[in-house]
Amino acid sequence: MDGMTLVTARLPLLQVDWETLLSVNLPTLLFVIIGVPLVLVAYIVGFDVLVRRLPKRSQPSVRPWVWVAPAIAFVGLILVYPMIGTIVRSFFDRHGDTFVGLGNFVRLLTDHGILIVLRNNLLWLLLYPGLVILFGLLLAVLSDRVRYEKPVKSLIFMPMAISFVAMAIIWQFMYYYRPPDVPQTGTLNAILVNILHGQPQTWVQDTRFNNFALILIGIWGGTGFAMVILSAALKGIPGELLEAARVDGANEMTVFRRIILPLMMPTIVVVGTTMVIFALKAFDVVYVMTAGNYNTDILARRMYAELYNAGNYANASALAVILLLAVVPVLIFNLRQFRAVEARR
Amino acid sequence: MRRPRLAAMGSEPGTPCDAIGHAWVNPAKGGATMMGRLIRVLALVSAGVLGLSACGTAGTSGKLGGTVHVLGTWSGAEKESFDAVMKPFTDQTGVKISFEATRDLDAILQTKVAAGNPPDVTAAPGIGTLIKLVQQGKVVTLDDKLDTSQLNANYGADWINLGKVDGKLVTLYAWASLKGLVWYDPKAFSAKGYQVPKTWDELMTLQNKIKSDGGKPWCVALESQAASGWPGSDWHKEIVLSQAGPTVYDSWWQGKTKWSSAEIKQAWQTWGQILGAGDSNVYGGKQYMIATTFGDGGQGLFSSPPKCYMFNQGSFITSFFDGYTPKPTAGTDYAVFPLPDVNTANAGAHVVSGDAFVMTKDTPQARAMLKYLATAEAQDIWVKRGGGKIAINKQVSLSDYPDAISKSLAQVVVDTKIARYDAGDLMPSDMRNAYWSAVLKFAQDQSKLDTILSDLDKTQATAYASP
Repeated sequence: MDGMTLVTARLPLLQVDWETLLSVNLPTLLFVIIGVPLVLVAYIVGFDVLVRRLPKRSQPSVRPWVWVAPAIAFVGLILVYPMIGTIVRSFFDRHGDTFVGLGNFVRLLTDHGILIVLRNNLLWLLLYPGLVILFGLLLAVLSDRVRYEKPVKSLIFMPMAISFVAMAIIWQFMYYYRPPDVPQTGTLNAILVNILHGQPQTWVQDTRFNNFALILIGIWGGTGFAMVILSAALKGIPGELLEAARVDGANEMTVFRRIILPLMMPTIVVVGTTMVIFALKAFDVVYVMTAGNYNTDILARRMYAELYNAGNYANASALAVILLLAVVPVLIFNLRQFRAVEARR
Repeated sequence: MRRPRLAAMGSEPGTPCDAIGHAWVNPAKGGATMMGRLIRVLALVSAGVLGLSACGTAGTSGKLGGTVHVLGTWSGAEKESFDAVMKPFTDQTGVKISFEATRDLDAILQTKVAAGNPPDVTAAPGIGTLIKLVQQGKVVTLDDKLDTSQLNANYGADWINLGKVDGKLVTLYAWASLKGLVWYDPKAFSAKGYQVPKTWDELMTLQNKIKSDGGKPWCVALESQAASGWPGSDWHKEIVLSQAGPTVYDSWWQGKTKWSSAEIKQAWQTWGQILGAGDSNVYGGKQYMIATTFGDGGQGLFSSPPKCYMFNQGSFITSFFDGYTPKPTAGTDYAVFPLPDVNTANAGAHVVSGDAFVMTKDTPQARAMLKYLATAEAQDIWVKRGGGKIAINKQVSLSDYPDAISKSLAQVVVDTKIARYDAGDLMPSDMRNAYWSAVLKFAQDQSKLDTILSDLDKTQATAYASP
């Protein structure tokens, strides 16, 4: 076969379905890309003309509001409005027409299934942020002291680049179970059987450790993120400070505890609160690995099931409100901490 | 904002496009002749700009053109089979198939419908979600869109009735898959002198004989990620249908018979006898059952010595057998017998399933596609490609099945006296999910049956409320 026929024989593979590929609404796209900034600029310029007509004294107090109004409007429309809608819905029955007061919450919180869900969320809440920060900090501090810092950090950061679903698939190979009478192909069970001479375990199904197995996947994915942020904070500590401490005779442990840790604390808290919110929102890993079976269900997955499987807006809204109530204190703390850091600068 | 479609205009019945769609499906109306084509081209031209744009890009050759957006769950071999089935359709009508696959059909479909951007055609593995959409008026009724007289001639009444909700035809089945099949290795059976059981009692005797010979009668594999548990529900619902009969079966999936009722509970206990006390009849026990993916479950049949002698799974499982190493050969390495009747009063009862096609948006292209799927031509392609699919169109001949096993399965479908669709797929999706979870709990600890059933009753009390 000469080159030409080879090319033509292969051409069908290159056929492109342009119709589907280009089936986006071009005018809408152009409007969004060009129109939205134009409208915003016109809005700012237009209102500024109006603001300038006001008395000079009141201009500075009015102008910021003009600038911030579009953002407030957008956030109100796509965040606050649905949030209030959800809260309102959580007080109505599943059809949304009869007011039931706190009935949804009472029913949910007395269901024995939901107590397991709350316990699991608590496990996620305690283990996920704590271990992510511990490992992140350890890796940041240790990798700071070696020549091959960059490759190490790149490797550990890599899981951040893949989705939680992909992580779950990868870890299925780690946790894979085969009966004791055949060779183990799952990494963990292979180690357990061949090196430690134990029995293979169903890591994902066994209620003794399946929650920890799932949280470990999250930790594997989140450590890289924490490490990079903490490492940046570490590099921000002035070298003279550490130098001075060492000259004064402090050993490395003391330098770490008395100087590095306190200076990094604000960053640690910010990373920690972000991770707490991640832990509360956790969904993908559990959804893919167990679908909430074997006592591994968590709030976000349960909410999904109530909404899409059961079509029960009452339960779904009530769960969303519980989740919101759990996140709000963390958010406030996070904001306060952020302000405190800003104020210190 | 809605996505523009090349063929979105002129989708009302009676437009030139629709006529062409009809002409294609019924060649008798004179689609193939030169003259017919000329007339249609003239008709198109006279219909002017509207006519041309309505019929998409391929107007000049008289083809329907345009695209059907299909939402489904297939990937891999199943998707390839679907492509193969649709190829003659695309060749003849110029209608392209744009297929979107998701394993999360319930959520994606509901979101798309709620957003006012439904796919043209949805191929759903169960109709729980579809029933909700039908009740909301989001599904197009097919009674006046398909050629019903032709459908009545080619389809058994059971299969047309399965597609009806409140007396209206809304879903179309293009192939069937048979459940409740027991796969075994004939070589292993003959080496031990085991006979294929014809009755439930013979099955129980065989089970005990295998055990006393030191073997394990069954392989059971329940893992299926977010849908884990369904393979066990196949066991249970087959037993319900065969043991308690179609009347109980129907009222059960409709939510009118409680899970804790004597009949449904007895079916669980009968499955429990298959699993044995403490899962002693099953290779690897409960750990193997809940941790092994359903597709890998048959591997124990083919190892030497066999890890187990029987494996219950639907007809589709052969496509998973094909992926084993070494690849087992149909007929020599594996054969199949239908699960014997539990209660002879309901002899010949079988649970069947198949993807339900619905029109979620009425376009001439979607109508043409559904008409095509009901034809023997389309189902023939599906059947010949294997994968355990059995044609519903009666014009498909038994000789078209690729091997002896699929031919014998098609024969079982022909011989089936009581056919019922998969109960789990008919239930509301939260009831179905609770059913699957219950299977996992039961497989782990049979003594918790009463708690499991009362939990299922609780779900049943809320799941059937109208959306």
